[in-house]
Amino acid sequence: MPQALTIIEKIWNDHVVFEEANSPAVLYIDLHLVHEVTSPQAFQGLRERGLKVRRPYQTVATVDHSIPTTPPEESIQDALAAQQIAQLEANCREFDVPLHGVRDATRGIVHVIGPELGLTQPGMTIVCGDSHTSTHGAFGALAFGIGTSEVEHVLATQCLLQRRPKTCLVRIDGRLQPGVTAKDIILALIAQIGAGGGTGYVFEYAGSAIRALSMEERMTVCNMSIEGGARAGLIAPDDTTFEFLAGRPCVPQGAAWEAALQRWRQLPSDPEASYDRVVTLDADQLEPMITYGTNPAMGIPITAPIPDPDALADVNQRQALRKALDYMGLAPGRPLLGHPVDVVFVGSCTNGRLSDLRQAAALLKGRKVKPGVRMLVVPGSQTIKRQAEAEGLDRIFRAAGAEWRESGCSMCIAMNGDQLQPGQYAVSTSNRNFEGRQGPGGRTFLASPLTAAAAAVNGVISDPRSLEIKE
Amino acid sequence: MRPFTTLTGRVVTIPVDNIDTDQIIPARFLKTTSKAGLGDNLFADWRYAPDGTPRPEFPLNRPSAKGAPFLLVGDNFGCGSSREHAPWALMDFGFRAVISTSFADIFRNNALKNGLLPVVVDAATHQQLLSLAAEDAGLSLVVDLASQTLTLPDGRQATFPIDGFSKTCLLEGIDQLGYLLKQEPAIAAYERTHPPRVDTRIGLVQRQGV
Repeated sequence: MPQALTIIEKIWNDHVVFEEANSPAVLYIDLHLVHEVTSPQAFQGLRERGLKVRRPYQTVATVDHSIPTTPPEESIQDALAAQQIAQLEANCREFDVPLHGVRDATRGIVHVIGPELGLTQPGMTIVCGDSHTSTHGAFGALAFGIGTSEVEHVLATQCLLQRRPKTCLVRIDGRLQPGVTAKDIILALIAQIGAGGGTGYVFEYAGSAIRALSMEERMTVCNMSIEGGARAGLIAPDDTTFEFLAGRPCVPQGAAWEAALQRWRQLPSDPEASYDRVVTLDADQLEPMITYGTNPAMGIPITAPIPDPDALADVNQRQALRKALDYMGLAPGRPLLGHPVDVVFVGSCTNGRLSDLRQAAALLKGRKVKPGVRMLVVPGSQTIKRQAEAEGLDRIFRAAGAEWRESGCSMCIAMNGDQLQPGQYAVSTSNRNFEGRQGPGGRTFLASPLTAAAAAVNGVISDPRSLEIKE
Repeated sequence: MRPFTTLTGRVVTIPVDNIDTDQIIPARFLKTTSKAGLGDNLFADWRYAPDGTPRPEFPLNRPSAKGAPFLLVGDNFGCGSSREHAPWALMDFGFRAVISTSFADIFRNNALKNGLLPVVVDAATHQQLLSLAAEDAGLSLVVDLASQTLTLPDGRQATFPIDGFSKTCLLEGIDQLGYLLKQEPAIAAYERTHPPRVDTRIGLVQRQGV
């Protein structure tokens, strides 16, 4: 009998080009996503060595990190950002890399447009100079973030030097209660394992709660694998995956689609496959989650009190918690519910897809953003923006007093002018609450789109289950 | 790549766990298209007051930090964003090795590709180093890659792990892209039996609007 393999091992084995003793494997990369911030030095490296892009049509570029979310006819005010974007345009022209540029209808966050165009497919290896590349794992792809040197390696050779990762099964069974979302699953998992808990591993998410998720929700889960230290996290493809992909521009058509389905159905882990580690989470028990600290593992159920450093035995953990609460200006033992917020951000590669916007809009419908609170809604791509407008979501947001903006990474990374002022508090649907992540001195609470919308309405951190959703 | 063999020098200590790459180099400094000059903004938000003046108590601003090749930090160093600007900034400031109990995966890869050595020590050694550094701002260490040892002033030694491939690359200053480029025949053979799964040009058809 052949050895039972996990999906991670199947994809890995299928992509090893060459491997010799005492060296990492040469791993073939099927799809390379490129953006303006982590690629300029890589293209410059090619130029200095006189190299070409080996596979330009397995490479695709877009602008997302530093692009303003103001109307597209306005020019880019930040000279450095404009220069970086112009450099990407020049690099794509010189090296013949397809670009979804500033004025293109297909532009968007790199991890949103890959799936949207059908570029992201099961069984692939996918990399990008961006740690949230793990998002694409939702399709049963081995997808992970790389540094700029590695971007150069892939541009030049379509390969990477990699060591076989350890495997971790994350089994999540049960049913989510109303008001609890995919974002709450992943925040709860990270709170359980810690910010470095998954270091060295690739996660495979499985279990009935994962199977029940839509593709958009699965992307939210996989997206934040890196916040638990895992470079990649994936979900075996199933009919939900295939229905999402069918008919998208870059997926195989006709007989080739049928052949692809045959191949993709072989990917799920063999029943007897073993993992280096197993982690479990009970979906029935989950509540809406929110972070209180300065890394994504510092999260609690929204009704729980802020943890007390004095209750921690480990001296390092105690110091870390004190430092975080000091930065956040929060008192231990107190509830987070009722804490005032200044800004609400709905968007990012974590929660900027159409279903996220629908959830936030459903809660905002017929309500107003509390005076004094600024709410920004930033679709994950221009395509999502058009879809949302076709459904009238933009009118709900505007009527509530929220800002409806162009797509991009926006206030998730605060490189494009969308940012917090020092001391401000934000409830954000993004993925990182690091010090200053959303602007120097800014303070971030990570949560789901529902929890974010509830905070916008009440002007304070609120349990989304306390607000009725009017159909 | 700059080789790393043996290095003797002072150590700067930032005893904080989970230092993310947004702290090492905040995102607003990533709009550069070069690798140079990032050291000025290394740990910018911890190092400078909002008006730009250096905070004298921050370890990088102490006189003993000047010319120190070693940075001693807490667990899970370099978590978060994949930005290679983090090791570029550390090296531009003058650091050649970072000592911790663990490193985030992407940061470790990025560091190794730039000649910045991640030195992993056990918790007891780590605690010992922190105590010694707290007592003596001028604490000097020796890190020897060939023997994979870290030596304290009193002669005590700790060993650290590193994979053989990365070690050879660092010792000899070999660029990993060079190794990959030499695999061209194997890559070409793979491509003959594995046609591309996608053609990214197809997506461009939709560019002009739906």
